[in-house]
Amino acid sequence: MQWESWSAFWDMGGAGFYVWGSYGVTFAVIGLELVLVLQRRKETVKRLLRWRRAVGKDGSGRAGARMES
Amino acid sequence: MASGPKDETIRMNSSTRGPSLLRFAAPQNFYPLAGRLAPWFAAIAVVLTLAGLWLAFFVAPTDATQGNVYRVIFIHVPAAWMSMFIYLVMAFWSAVGLVMNTRLSFVMSQALAPTGAMFCFVALWTGALWGRPTWGAYWVWDARLTSQLLLLFLYFGFIALTRAIEDPRRADRAGAIIALVGAVNVPVIYFSVKWWNTLHQGASVSLTKAPSMAATMFAGMLVLAFASWAYTLAVTLWRVRPMILERERHTEWVGAVLDREGGRT
Repeated sequence: MQWESWSAFWDMGGAGFYVWGSYGVTFAVIGLELVLVLQRRKETVKRLLRWRRAVGKDGSGRAGARMES
Repeated sequence: MASGPKDETIRMNSSTRGPSLLRFAAPQNFYPLAGRLAPWFAAIAVVLTLAGLWLAFFVAPTDATQGNVYRVIFIHVPAAWMSMFIYLVMAFWSAVGLVMNTRLSFVMSQALAPTGAMFCFVALWTGALWGRPTWGAYWVWDARLTSQLLLLFLYFGFIALTRAIEDPRRADRAGAIIALVGAVNVPVIYFSVKWWNTLHQGASVSLTKAPSMAATMFAGMLVLAFASWAYTLAVTLWRVRPMILERERHTEWVGAVLDREGGRT
């Protein structure tokens, strides 16, 4: 064990700002990325459902029109 | 849901009938596979991250010269590795896309880009916070830092360009060219500490010689590097799924997926 106490742990030998600033921001941007990915998924599904209703839901007719080549 | 679509027009346009692994090059096969794999990679990432953090803070000793500020290394180095590696993987998928004309490859490289940019930012950010107490400056224009900053701009350029171009085919190609040309920068970053006299230290870890650090420090770094691999796989697979739906929205299988999703939300 490296630490005498929890306060020594958080202090990081005086380097707390640099160490926790690094870890804190890293996990914050990872969290942000996960939220954005989840939002994008929900938003895409919603938008495509709306699009399908507008185009004619069953997907027949023009479906596959862009699949050429 | 796992069985392939019966519609002939779809079947003709994708390599559903290819042998074994190749069949996952077809979007309608890859989509459910990605959905099944992502949670496993996420779980692996969580476990490895917890193990890595434990090694980083409770097993690895205080450094004799740097004290505790060196503990930034446990995210700095894996993030920097990942930022370079992801760019090379993007270049690889771009090359595959250009040569084989497989649309899924381009989508894959576009799904990787934001995560690569994220790791690139983390490498620069943690580097700045580490540089201040050890070098006395958050930032210096040395070759390593400058080429890493260029990598961040290449990521931004790739993302902006692929999103700005309306026609997906043109967007794919334009992005692929940035990815391939920009890949030249990756070896420049990697070898910058050898080629130029940089303030940034040389590699502590290389394939040819033993790492110049305590075994427990090295172990923590390696575990967190694997954690970031697993994280990248999970988040990329999650990101690529809606991108596939978008691209394949005219097909019947996407219609079926959307009907299922629509019932749920």
